[in-house]
Amino acid sequence: MTAENVYVELNSIFTDIFDEDITLFPETTAKDIDGWDSLEHINIIHAVEKRFKMKFKMGEISTMKCVGEMVEIILARTAL
Amino acid sequence: MLKELTYPFDAEYILQNRRKLKKTLANDGTSRVKKRIAILGGATTGIIRPVLEIFLLDKGIEPEFYESEYNRFWQDGMFGTPELDEFRPEIVFIHTGVRNLNMPAPTDTAESAEALLESEYARYAALWQALGARYNCVIIQNNFQPPAYRLLGNLDGTDRRGRVNFVNRMNLRFADYAAANRGFYIHDIAYLSSVCGLDNWDSPEEWYMYKQSPATACVPMLCHSVANIVKAIGGKNKKVLTLDLDNTLWGGVVGDVGQQGLDLGEETPVGQAYREFQHYVKEVSQTGIVLTVASKNDEENALDGLRHPDGYLHPEDFAVIKANWDRKDGNILQTVASLDLLPDSVVFADDNPAERHIVHENVAGAAVPEMTSPESYIRTVDRGGYFEPLSLSGEDLKRNEMYRENAKRAELSLSFADYGEYLKSLDMVAAVGDFPDIYLKRIAQLANKSNQFNLTTRRYTETEIEEIAKSGEYIRLCGKLADRFGDNGVVSVIIAKKNGDEADILLWIMSCRVLKRGMEQLMRNCLLEAARDAGVKTLRGYYYPTQKNGMVRNLLGDLGFEKISEDAEGNTEWTISTDASPLECFIEKTDHPENERK
Repeated sequence: MTAENVYVELNSIFTDIFDEDITLFPETTAKDIDGWDSLEHINIIHAVEKRFKMKFKMGEISTMKCVGEMVEIILARTAL
Repeated sequence: MLKELTYPFDAEYILQNRRKLKKTLANDGTSRVKKRIAILGGATTGIIRPVLEIFLLDKGIEPEFYESEYNRFWQDGMFGTPELDEFRPEIVFIHTGVRNLNMPAPTDTAESAEALLESEYARYAALWQALGARYNCVIIQNNFQPPAYRLLGNLDGTDRRGRVNFVNRMNLRFADYAAANRGFYIHDIAYLSSVCGLDNWDSPEEWYMYKQSPATACVPMLCHSVANIVKAIGGKNKKVLTLDLDNTLWGGVVGDVGQQGLDLGEETPVGQAYREFQHYVKEVSQTGIVLTVASKNDEENALDGLRHPDGYLHPEDFAVIKANWDRKDGNILQTVASLDLLPDSVVFADDNPAERHIVHENVAGAAVPEMTSPESYIRTVDRGGYFEPLSLSGEDLKRNEMYRENAKRAELSLSFADYGEYLKSLDMVAAVGDFPDIYLKRIAQLANKSNQFNLTTRRYTETEIEEIAKSGEYIRLCGKLADRFGDNGVVSVIIAKKNGDEADILLWIMSCRVLKRGMEQLMRNCLLEAARDAGVKTLRGYYYPTQKNGMVRNLLGDLGFEKISEDAEGNTEWTISTDASPLECFIEKTDHPENERK
């Protein structure tokens, strides 16, 4: 899977969850998206894990700073 | 009701499209019952609130929420908070789980484990009582899912110090409290967690990171289940199960293969599945749910199929059978109208997606579960939670019986052009006579609760009724009515007091259930006869208007009495000669067997 594919999938997940068109960039953070609070963070992580059939490690979830870091983890884990 | 929220739903879709679903529901123009619901959590409930909201909206409830902070359920509920006090919850949902229970340890003794069970139970019971006292609210309390691990292995369920044993016993204590207390309901996460699989129910990492339980994936399941209890409390339970026949209650098309050709019974796997589904539906009806049929069939063939010797369901189990070639949505709308119910009280079970679609689109608010293959029918209907009883009493079941009888009467009345013909077809038999001792209690009860068909609205205690029954000064009539559909019991009572060769009618009441069936005329005829036998020449009747008894304002006039006075308040007085000829009615009359024995 390429980073580009991952962004397409993520955009579709975020668009569903926030019910508005969302385009993500590597530098996008929770602050950039209205409604991305702690509740929604849980929901996003869950949806991403289901979509890519992978799991984040507990430490990663609290330390990810931006969407780019999330994408790197997804790529690393789905390459296996 | 949205297909996306009907069991078996796609939990991931719901979680991901929550906002869209809410928007759709909020704009669908449905009028909903408002409820103030406080969620007191032993875990974080952030994701539960919005998901619960969409399930509630779908079930006709518009919630307003209060949410406690993580693990503040006990303090908030026990002592209140200014916000909670102001919120005045109508329903409190206590979302706790096994992590909110102090557990025995291997170092405990059987006695100290027992003491812990008592003190933990007391902690929860105190919370329920405090909430009830402060808010007079309904309480929905989770029981406990099994513990995540078993220190003692299989012994954990047996030994009093085992966690499994502890949780099982605590759940029984909670159930006992629910059985003994009105307005307190257990939300059974012990069952739900086993449906989801215990290892799926809780996600350790979600607990460590967010203090969330159950796992996100199981939140829709939890919310659907809580919403079912709330909708039951809000009076939004479904009341009718409408069933297709071919390939829903049996395999095959009865019109093609005949009764013998149907797949139903123990001989084949498919036949067993249909037979077990029929058994399930039969039991559903025994909890007070009305069954009806909507089938595209010639009625004769439909009835033939329902008389299959291996089936559990037979024609008499259904309040209404619509077996014809008209559209099913129209048939269902007619059915609910004849039952005096609304379209949203229906669950429609049909294996045909096209029929489900037309009913879903045109019968507003009906639930239309996806019946895909017979082995999953029971689960599909059962897990939907459409009928969610809050209690089960013999009275409910009896009321349902009466209800079904009424529906059959209504159905019958449609097929008669002439009302007299209809009344004749009911094969009514009435027992009318002096008060039998066994009915004195029922007579007093009827005298005290009849408001509409009640000429004078005089109230009598049971003792007063007993005295009247013994006195020689009164003419008394008690009328029971039965018909081909069932016995209505004591439905009408008259008390008149003799005064020389006259008598004053002090009380004349009747149950509205049997209105316009000729019972009014029969009671009038019997009254004249009984008065005559007692040497009375003239009867005096009175009507005293109240807010509720307008329906009998002119009853005496309709029954041949003559009005002799009316005052400014509308109180009227009437007379009739006891020689007046009897009025026509289509009821066969007997006396009470109890009186004949005297």
